[in-house]
Amino acid sequence: MNGFDLLIDLLSWALILAGSAFLLIGAIGTLRFPDFWSRLHAVSVTDSAGMILLVLGMILQAGLTLVTVKLVLIGVFLFVTGPTATHAVANAALVSGFLPEGLSRPALPKRKAVRKKSPAKKTKATTKTRTRTASKTRKGGTG
Amino acid sequence: MFLAATIALFIGMIMVLVRLFAGPSLYDRVLASNSFGTYTVLFIGVLGFLNGRPDFLDIALLYALINFAGTIAVLKYFRYRTVGDTSPQKKGVKNTPGKLRDRGVLG
Repeated sequence: MNGFDLLIDLLSWALILAGSAFLLIGAIGTLRFPDFWSRLHAVSVTDSAGMILLVLGMILQAGLTLVTVKLVLIGVFLFVTGPTATHAVANAALVSGFLPEGLSRPALPKRKAVRKKSPAKKTKATTKTRTRTASKTRKGGTG
Repeated sequence: MFLAATIALFIGMIMVLVRLFAGPSLYDRVLASNSFGTYTVLFIGVLGFLNGRPDFLDIALLYALINFAGTIAVLKYFRYRTVGDTSPQKKGVKNTPGKLRDRGVLG
């Protein structure tokens, strides 16, 4: 074994061990964090750091073969879909009104009431009460 | 060293599985399920290297594809109550997310 192979081996072992450590950290966080919104962070660590490091280590172990191509495919796919899936889960939770503890802000901005243009008056009324009174007076005037 | 990675992946899978069964809300479960899929993909790959015959990587790639599509499908189902067409044309059907809380999905 020449020096280059030894260097590649050492690098790949280091990457695999670091990836395993990140995967364990992510799993511990997924299990132990108190809140759904904090668990998202732990899962993101697993999806990005641990997966990339482990796949890179395996690529260095495989050398230039067909296995490397498959590993690159797996890595690219997981790199794209992992954060996408995490974002989809977070977005679905937020849209369904699942708020972090202690936060009472409504998750979604309230839908704006559709204003109907009155045919008689073209100018925009500034407040709701004013439109109401204006329509009342107009009704009274016609009736 | 592949043995160490395999053991770490196995312990992580068990932890995530505990969260999957214990997760108080639906979204905890979906998140844990997705994470478990990622762990499984890596586990299949590492197991092939541990045996010295990395021939299972096709299966790992397929598992990654199915895992992503399944997660999105589950989320879409619980949001819209259907997996197919979700265009907002039906007037009688309400897909308001407030009903999730009434059904106790949010834990």
